[in-house]
Amino acid sequence: MLKLVDVYKTFNRGTVNEKKALNGLSLELNEGDFATIVGSNGAGKSTMFNAIAGNFFVEKGCIELDGEDITFSREHQRAKMIGYLFQDPMKGTAPNMTIEENLAIAYLRASTERHQYFSRISKKDKEMFREHLALLGMDLENRMKNPVGLLSGGQRQALTLLMATIVTPKLLLLDEHTAALDPGTAEKVLTLTKNIVSERNITCLMVTHNMNQALSLGNRTLMMDSGRIVLDISGEERSRMTVDDLLEKFSVGAGKEFDNDRILLSSVKNK
Amino acid sequence: MFITPAILQTALEVGLIYSLVALSLYLSFSILNLCDLSTDGCYTLGCAVGAVVTIAGHPILAMFAAMLAGICSGFITAFLQTRLGVESILAGIIVNTGLYTINLMVMGLSSNISIFGVDTVFSLFKGLSDSAFWLNWYKLILIAVIVAIMCILMIIFLNTRLGLSIRATGDNPAMVKSSSINPAFTITVGLCVSNACTGLAGCLIGQYNKSCDINLGTGMVTIALASLVIGETLLGKHGSVKKGILGVLIGSCLYRMIVAIALRLNVPTEAFKLVSAIIVALAIAMPKLKEYAALKRTQAQAIAHHKAENAALSKGGDIDA
Repeated sequence: MLKLVDVYKTFNRGTVNEKKALNGLSLELNEGDFATIVGSNGAGKSTMFNAIAGNFFVEKGCIELDGEDITFSREHQRAKMIGYLFQDPMKGTAPNMTIEENLAIAYLRASTERHQYFSRISKKDKEMFREHLALLGMDLENRMKNPVGLLSGGQRQALTLLMATIVTPKLLLLDEHTAALDPGTAEKVLTLTKNIVSERNITCLMVTHNMNQALSLGNRTLMMDSGRIVLDISGEERSRMTVDDLLEKFSVGAGKEFDNDRILLSSVKNK
Repeated sequence: MFITPAILQTALEVGLIYSLVALSLYLSFSILNLCDLSTDGCYTLGCAVGAVVTIAGHPILAMFAAMLAGICSGFITAFLQTRLGVESILAGIIVNTGLYTINLMVMGLSSNISIFGVDTVFSLFKGLSDSAFWLNWYKLILIAVIVAIMCILMIIFLNTRLGLSIRATGDNPAMVKSSSINPAFTITVGLCVSNACTGLAGCLIGQYNKSCDINLGTGMVTIALASLVIGETLLGKHGSVKKGILGVLIGSCLYRMIVAIALRLNVPTEAFKLVSAIIVALAIAMPKLKEYAALKRTQAQAIAHHKAENAALSKGGDIDA
């Protein structure tokens, strides 16, 4: 489904701050794969997501999605196929517009014809939005005329998730999308994510700093370091693995100790 | 009488024409969150193009020609900022500067042209009836109809999917990109529509005054911004599109009223720009001043309360009593 071949990206080239963010990154995801990604600070997790989403063009290598070479297609073109959730719940929605209007914009993905530009939100659309919102179980279906700015972070993130998946994307990118929420809400948004992804068999990549989550969610765990994937486990090997094994594997794979305070803290907490 | 109905009527007429410019800034400044400073030049452009076409004998066509001219100007501003990476303020200033020459060229390299001896939309409209009421009010009615049509079209437009995308572009550009909409496209469309309104306003004021001057538009952006801010101050900043556009209309008319009052107070015409600037500054500062006044009031109350408590204590009395 998704294929990254030998991708390179360097930031601030030629300055003292030069950083090789992606360094010969290769990855292949099969259709329906749900892979979690862990890695140290600055390992290139978000950079990889941005490369896939088209935030910048990579310097070398190629990116393929569903058999289509998207290496040089622009961000908004790729967005037709890719759903992207950020850690910051404020990033994915327009605060001064109503829930309904936000959903209508997200639903634009479904249309390819230009005359759609001048259509208004129809009754049918509203009904569909209402049904989708009801599935969130947050009573948002009765607040469709409210501006999104009035919602809580968790509600906004759930709405963003709905917006990213209202037209089933070929690939869903989740960049620690529950990290900024309180534990209860995070759990709820995560459950929603799991349901939506499994129901529609969406190919999904998810960055997390929670090692337990990294092993329990989805069917594959990837570990990144210095702009490359250093560990890729799935199936039998993955189901037998513990958090300690994972840390151990990391130091073997990367040749150094794991360096991510948040991961270590959350691992201790969850033991 | 301090304010005569005639003064009020003129203020309303001009205010409504100016409200089209404010409507334009509502789209570019409030909705798209951009500073389009080409308004001054674009307004004059609309007036010049409108005047030339009117003199050629097509007053109604002149309105559409002026809007088209505005669209071209808006497209160039948008092209500079979305494709060539020019800062939005700078793009407006560049276009504004260039438009000065363009406007002179449109007016046949003279800095002033008059529309006399030919029909204007107003004279055409006047001919519809002979009653005294009509002869007194036809200008206001015509302007109100045109402005109403533009406002309704704008409300409809901003609720189409394209309009929603434009609003989202100003509200959260990141979200627009990840919703498969090209922000460069929405900004371009937004600025074209916005400048079409400015062009139309220029055309109307040209036919209203029966003249066009190269310096007509100077300070227009300030006036429109003032109207916009007055409206926002009165009706609240973040509301629906309908509320926003109503605010624009009220703001523009109120602004002209304030100016009319200033004129009645015998403020000399030379001081006019200064008066405008002061009104704008005051209008924009109003929310902050209100906040400050409210804070001072709370403070005064708190101090009074403390004093009362202290007085009660020093008397040896119990506060609760």
